[in-house]
Amino acid sequence: MEPILPEKVQELIDRFAGEEIYLHLETTNGAYASHFNEKFFSAGAYIRNAKLTYEHGKIVGDGPYRVGLKLEIGWVYAEGLTHYGFDEDGRLLMAGHDFDGKLAVALQMGKTPFK
Amino acid sequence: MEIEQERHVLVIFPHPDDEAFGVSGTIAVHTARETPVTYACLTLGEMGRNLGNPPFATRESLPDIRKAELKNAAEAIGIQDLRMMGLRDKTLEFEDDQKMMDLVTDLINELNPSLIITFYPGYSVHPDHEATARAVVRAVRAIEPDKRPKLHCVAFANNTLNEIGAADITYDIRHVYDQKMAAMKAHISQTIWMLKELESGVAQEGSDLHDRFNYEHFWTYKFDENDKVSEIK
Repeated sequence: MEPILPEKVQELIDRFAGEEIYLHLETTNGAYASHFNEKFFSAGAYIRNAKLTYEHGKIVGDGPYRVGLKLEIGWVYAEGLTHYGFDEDGRLLMAGHDFDGKLAVALQMGKTPFK
Repeated sequence: MEIEQERHVLVIFPHPDDEAFGVSGTIAVHTARETPVTYACLTLGEMGRNLGNPPFATRESLPDIRKAELKNAAEAIGIQDLRMMGLRDKTLEFEDDQKMMDLVTDLINELNPSLIITFYPGYSVHPDHEATARAVVRAVRAIEPDKRPKLHCVAFANNTLNEIGAADITYDIRHVYDQKMAAMKAHISQTIWMLKELESGVAQEGSDLHDRFNYEHFWTYKFDENDKVSEIK
């Protein structure tokens, strides 16, 4: 994973537009957040291998970045993205790593399902 | 407290590294006696968050890293029968409860353990720990009382002491410190932050880290009015 280069990521997002893709989206504060701080309100969401097609997508912000994907009748978005890269099958991986190096958000897409 | 001689020990935890933190010293004592130990690790910790910044792993590469770490940790404490059960991190409480229980029942029927080690239901914090603990309790409870293996549970929720009291079993594991440390180091993607702290922490008498590397604590699970695990609906 490399720090996000917005122009490069925009190109990649454009490349997947209009194609059927498999999408992974997750946000997490970790399963122990409320254990270490009982006043912390733990929340997160996860979807793996959602099959969808987006009309267009955009990366915005000055870093950490936000990515939004416009669907025919809906939206997908993620914020807090800092890094991007690819897996061995060429799927686009984007992630937000916090100051301690912990993953806080992930948005990933590819033409074949994730394992 | 002396560790009893067992016929076969079955360890069931959901994540690679659960065994290292809580029970690797105890396991090392059993394996040194050549007591068979089976470790059923239900997931590969796919949802681990420690990926580094700059990142050393991705959401997709982490499972293979943790699988390799798990094998090394098992080797460090002499486990010869490591079973990776193929479930997915953070999904166990959403699995079919009967399937979870059957997974444990099948292991018990195959291995006939005299002792099972897992988490304590209600006091183990992570939803996967809780789901694992419930499945084990249900599987053991279904066995006739005089044929049940002993069930030693790990508890670490903040309300543990207040609600179920102190552990009834404490093992001094200082003589297998090196093996416990090797197991912790094997899970380096998960423990690097802690290990940095540890070098100084262990030396500090009374600190949590000091305690963790010198003693391991278990609560014997009793199938009486304190058994709060519901029947499967």
